[in-house]
This record gives sequence, structure tokens and C-alpha cells, in this order.
Amino acid sequence: MLTLYDVTVQSRLLLGTARYPSPAILAEAVRRSKTEIVTVSLRRETAGGKAGGAFFEMIRALGVRVLPNTAGCHSVREAVLTAKMARDVFRTDWIKLEVIAHHDTLQPDVFGLVEAARILTADGFQVFPYTTDDLVVAEKLLEAGCCVLMPWCAPIGSAMGPVNPMALRSFRAQFPDVPLIVDAGIGRPSHAAAVMELGYDAVLLNTAVANAGDPATMAEAFALALDAGRLAYAAGPIEPRDMAVPSTPVIGKAVFA
Amino acid sequence: MRILVKGAGVAGLTVAWQLYRHGFDVTVQEKADAVGTGASGFAGGMLAPWCERESAEEPVLSLGRTAADWWEAALPGQVQRHGTLVVAGGRDTGELDRFASRTTGWEWLDEAAIGALEPDLAGRFRRALFFREEAHLDPRRALSGLTAALEEARMRFLFGAGKDTGRFDRIVDCTGAARIGQLPDLRGVRGEMLYLETEDINLSRPVRLLHPRHPIYIVPREKNRFMVGATMIETDDAGPVTARSMMELLNAAYALHPTFGEARVAETGAGIRPAYPDNLPRVTAFGDTIHVNGFYRHGFLLAPAMAGEVARRLLAEAPQPERLAS
Repeated sequence: MLTLYDVTVQSRLLLGTARYPSPAILAEAVRRSKTEIVTVSLRRETAGGKAGGAFFEMIRALGVRVLPNTAGCHSVREAVLTAKMARDVFRTDWIKLEVIAHHDTLQPDVFGLVEAARILTADGFQVFPYTTDDLVVAEKLLEAGCCVLMPWCAPIGSAMGPVNPMALRSFRAQFPDVPLIVDAGIGRPSHAAAVMELGYDAVLLNTAVANAGDPATMAEAFALALDAGRLAYAAGPIEPRDMAVPSTPVIGKAVFA
Repeated sequence: MRILVKGAGVAGLTVAWQLYRHGFDVTVQEKADAVGTGASGFAGGMLAPWCERESAEEPVLSLGRTAADWWEAALPGQVQRHGTLVVAGGRDTGELDRFASRTTGWEWLDEAAIGALEPDLAGRFRRALFFREEAHLDPRRALSGLTAALEEARMRFLFGAGKDTGRFDRIVDCTGAARIGQLPDLRGVRGEMLYLETEDINLSRPVRLLHPRHPIYIVPREKNRFMVGATMIETDDAGPVTARSMMELLNAAYALHPTFGEARVAETGAGIRPAYPDNLPRVTAFGDTIHVNGFYRHGFLLAPAMAGEVARRLLAEAPQPERLAS
């Protein structure tokens, strides 16, 4: 069980809804992933249109909790406006906050992020900030009122998996009581399992499922990997060693040699 | 059997053509004052089922692979069978491998082979995928060609709103995005495009430039024009192209060849593609009306197959004397 703000969910997978081959395949991926939370980008999907858009109707029809995001926002003002729009469209105080510094690399603008988090928290939002693995920025986000942190493990869409496990490890150690969700950079189920083994609470991903050859099957694979990683963390993995260690006594040698 | 086809976009005109060939008495009604004023007029006109299979389900390939033959038979000389070239920028070459793993019907080209196919792209890309069997046509020329042929065959066209349409045995509704909000599950996916005009570069076939977020294609047209398309935005807002979308389209054209930076922007446009949740078209009957809708980004590719399906259904009810006219 995972508690994010005041909401408790069973699944530790948060799934993005962009770039699936079709809404039908997205719905199937959501079903097979058993996810209870999907993220939705407001920016590109609402250039206007009637009735708030058929796409949003489909998202609501998935029957899962929606975490709207401010993907593609490049300034504090833009992100705050988008968050307010999202609150109206989806009737939720949850917001996945992205303030992007570079259109090209999609690296977060951590200064703008902290400022926007302050503004939104004061306005009653429950903020899920997409951030780097920088510990000081994370502290500022907590000070700003965030009760969940979402560090990347590699650049968005890069599919590289955890490029700096040491940073993720110290991030977890630094904030033992804050729900931590790895957001961005996951490419394969093994990556998701690896960060769960480090003790992360959940994983948010999109491209790794949406662009897979068979998105629905990949969604299920991720669900299984997350369960495995979480179980492994709970079970306490053994530590790596430099030398081989026979698991049974070697015949012909003294046991305590 | 008297049939009224509503809508003179690619869906309506292919249905009208197919039904005419099967001997039905067909009238076409279009609320605008010309054909192809909806999404069809902004289409790429790529008959590229192998490429589309990258993100589309199997029927797009099985139903679309004979589209080029259908169009060639209907409009001799309009179909260009030069294949499709798929390239990616230096940082995105991984996208080519991904594209290859999702599709069939391609071959790898090296730098020299790319230059042999498209001399103006020589030296710009190390490798590319070439889909030899694919084809393209000019959608506006094709739609006016079908209309001219049908008018010559004395088919009635009723343009403009509020015309008395008389009595018909069946209505085939091909009005596309106009039915959003009325047909269950039908939604709009906005597509923006622009035309560039330059004498300084030549292409013989559609070129797709892969990018993780903004895949774009460029289709050569007559008179030194190039159609650059198309965005995919989940909305039924048909307003003018946005600055951001235009920037993405122009960036892609510039990345394909810097010469496009000097081209004239001859036209911009936006259309709403009607789509069902699986992004596949459907033929559905409600009483005396048959709806042909949901072509998504596959109007010219799948309209012939859907027109065939409409004809099969109506022939099963009332066999007609086949017309052999071309």
C-alpha cells in the first residue's frame, strides 16, 4: 500500500497517457498494468475544442485517479496557469509539476520548480514535483510544501534506466519518510525493478510502455517488475562481494579454513 | 436503388465512385461549395501502409496495401510509386532501429544509396529505411479528378446547405468530423500542415523524419511545392495553426535540408481527423443510414477498402447491373 497525500493505492505504477498508438490500446495498457493513477498532459491536448475534449472523456472513463501534469511548461506562470486549468477540468488538487528549462533536453528548471511549488501549495494544490536527484533542491521542495518527490533517474524519454544509482541511493537515505517516485528515464522493466530494490515507493513512466511494440503486454511486464523489486526491497537483498562465496561447504576443505 | 452520399471528402467521393461503378443511382451532397474542404484537403496523400503499421494496428496494412492500385485504376497517372524514405537526425538514429523493428517491407540504405535515390539529400544521412512498395498522390488533385470523372458520368452533385434532396433508399453519411458528438466514441484529432515552395530542392518521394516527439513527413507536390505534416493533437479545435506547431513543422523541414529555410510558406492549414478509439475506420448502419467514418490519418489509404465494404453491403440487399465504364 502506498499513500500519496491522503490517498492510498495498491499499485506502485503511475502511467502516462501520451503517444499510445490509439486510445483503445491505452485503455488496455491501463487495465493490464493495474495502475490506479494516470498522468495527463493538459497542454497539447487542449487547444480548445468542444466539451473539454473527447480525449479527457476517455481518460475519465478509464476509472482511475488522474494526476494532471504541466508537461511542456517553460515558466512558473505557465505552469501555475496550467495547474489551475487542470484543477477545473479534472476536479482534483493533485498536480504533477513540471517546469522545463530546455525544450530540447526537457531538463527541469529547478529554480522555477521550487517557486511554482510554493505558489501552488499556497493555493491548496497537492504538488508532485518532477525534479532532478539534487538533494538541496529536494529540501527546498519539501519546504515549499511538497509531500511527495519525483526525481528522474535519467533524462525524459531516454530509456537509459538509473544512470546514477549512487545519487538515487543517497536521495532515498536522505528522505526516508517522504514518498519517492522515480519519474522519467525508465526504459525497461528491469530498470523499474532496480529502483524499487533501492527502496523507491513507486515509478512513473510513459514512453517505455506507449512506444513498446505491444504496449499492453509491456504494461503488465512493468507491473510484475515493480512487484518483484518491491518484494526484494522488503526481503532485504544481500550485499555484493568481490569474491565468490560457495553456498555449501567445498568437499575436501575444512569448513573453517 | 437510389443512394444519397453525404460529404464530398475522400470518404464520400470514393464511396460515390465505388457505388457508381456497381450501377447504383448516386447523388452526392456537400454542404460546402466545393469538394475536399474538410480534413481530406489537408491530407498527405501517402499510400504508406507499411510505414503506418509502426503505430497502427494490422488492418491498416491488410486493408491499405491495395489502395495504390485502386487509386491508379480510378485516376490513371496520378499515383506516384516511388516508395517512402525514412530518415532520422544524428541524435535520433535509434529511432530508425525502433521503426524498423515495428514494420516490414523496408530495406536499409547507406549514404550512397540515399544519394542515388534523392540526390539533394546526398551526404546528409548515414542510413535510411526505404519502403519500396509505397506510393503517394496529391489529395486535392485526386479529389477533383474523381469529381470531374463523376460529373462527366452525369452524377448529381448538390453543393451548399439546405438543398432539397428528394427521396432516397439509403443515405451513406461520410461527413467525417461533422459527426463528432453524434456518433458514439467518435473524437477529433487535430492535424496541422503547411506548404513550402522552393525551386532549390527536389524530392521524388515522401520523406519521413523520425523524432521521439515530433515525427514529421514531407511530401513533394507539383510546382515546386512541398507539403509538410502533420501534428497529432487530441482536440476537435479546427482553428488556425499554432505558432508552436508551425515551429515544429518548419524545424523538421529545416533539419531535413537547410534549403527549406529559404522556401516560401505558401499555405498553412489545420484539419480535424475523425477517429474511433482504436483509430480504425468503421462502416456502421443506423436505420436507412450507413455511416463511414473514423479514418483518422488514413483517409486516402483506407477509403477504398471501406467504399468496397459499403458496396458489398448494398449489393447484398439489392444487386445492381455492374458498370464497366472507367
